[in-house]
Amino acid sequence: MDREGTVLVRTLPSSYPMELVQEIGAQMIAAFREASEAQLPLSEIVVNYSSLRITARELRGGVIVFLAAKAHSTE
Amino acid sequence: MGTRHKLLLLDDDVDLLDMYRQLLSQLPSQPEIYTASSGPRAMAMLEAERFRLLICDLKMPKMDGLQVLSIVRRKHPELRTVALTSVADEQFRSRAYALGVDLFWYKPATEQEIKMFLECLESLLGRESDNGFRGVQSKSLVDIIQLECISQSSSTLRITNGGHTGKIWIQDGEVIDAEAGDLVGEPAFQRILSWRAGGFESLPAEPSRERTILKSYNGLLLETAQAIDEKRAVNGEGTTPPVSSTVPQLSQIEGIEFVLAMKPGQEGPPMARGLENPQRMAEWSRQTFDRFRALSDRIHAGPLEQFEGTGPQRNISLTTHGDTEFCLGWKHSMTVEEVREMTKKILTLWAS
Repeated sequence: MDREGTVLVRTLPSSYPMELVQEIGAQMIAAFREASEAQLPLSEIVVNYSSLRITARELRGGVIVFLAAKAHSTE
Repeated sequence: MGTRHKLLLLDDDVDLLDMYRQLLSQLPSQPEIYTASSGPRAMAMLEAERFRLLICDLKMPKMDGLQVLSIVRRKHPELRTVALTSVADEQFRSRAYALGVDLFWYKPATEQEIKMFLECLESLLGRESDNGFRGVQSKSLVDIIQLECISQSSSTLRITNGGHTGKIWIQDGEVIDAEAGDLVGEPAFQRILSWRAGGFESLPAEPSRERTILKSYNGLLLETAQAIDEKRAVNGEGTTPPVSSTVPQLSQIEGIEFVLAMKPGQEGPPMARGLENPQRMAEWSRQTFDRFRALSDRIHAGPLEQFEGTGPQRNISLTTHGDTEFCLGWKHSMTVEEVREMTKKILTLWAS
């Protein structure tokens, strides 16, 4: 995604709603910006949910975001 | 007496250099004005000749003004420095002052601004040096020590507080010794950090200084902050926030730089160790928790378990235990996996 939140390239299935992809990207871009404003510049963010891990890396012109489903424990 | 000082003007815009050269020729002390259009060129000129004042543009290609100033500060501590910029960005200002510049100016545009700018420069050129060292403005002593240590610098800080004087020796990014009155080593370091106001001077490093402080600078700062808090609490001083007895323990964990623990709806200051402005960090933490919880509601990813961030200055983890939210600061050298592991350890300790 570029800094304006436009999705440039994606490898997600086309069935995955574009608006959600944009929402995820926008939140990651905003998180980088807010961290920087709080004097906490970050170059990588990992958000762990119970069923999903989102990893975002800041690049010169935007961010690259990885989504990885988490395996559920069967215990 | 009667010696004309040398002034070096650094800007990548050659037209501006000409314009400023003419402007600076109006200075009453008539300094010799030299110009450089790149950082490396300026560094070479500073090596070759002794200058009194460097006026440095901040936005330049390749080597920017902050890089130049950071090198100059170490290599030529006697040089007075002025950071000049046309970009209205507070981060530039604070970063420039953190580097110890004498003046930060937006490029003057009006006649009045030019007049004031020239007056300030004249004052800087004329001010007598005190063994060639100057103070650092707008930063706390802890900021300065952290800055020196993070940048792996070697220097000696001389701190004055009224009639008291102390010294802190930093070698290759670690605090190695301190002296305050008849105290030396850690007690002296604690004494100096307990001073609430004063002045700083950065003196050249003394590599031959014997090391009496063996702790890492992070550990030292945390322990000192804790000791000062406890002392003030005993003395009933100030408005030290109530601190959970567990938080100081957590702040002893290897690699940790700060601990912040918050309860939802908590009033008053958050429980914190190792942070100078816990309120600001607490606001950012809550904002980030809210942001990613709301995102989970949209994308149905389940509860937010943990947030990890890595950056050039420090790494961060946000996590929860029961109704307590934590924001933990970690050394930037740690990997995400290490941060994750150590955060688990923190939660275990908290739970116990």
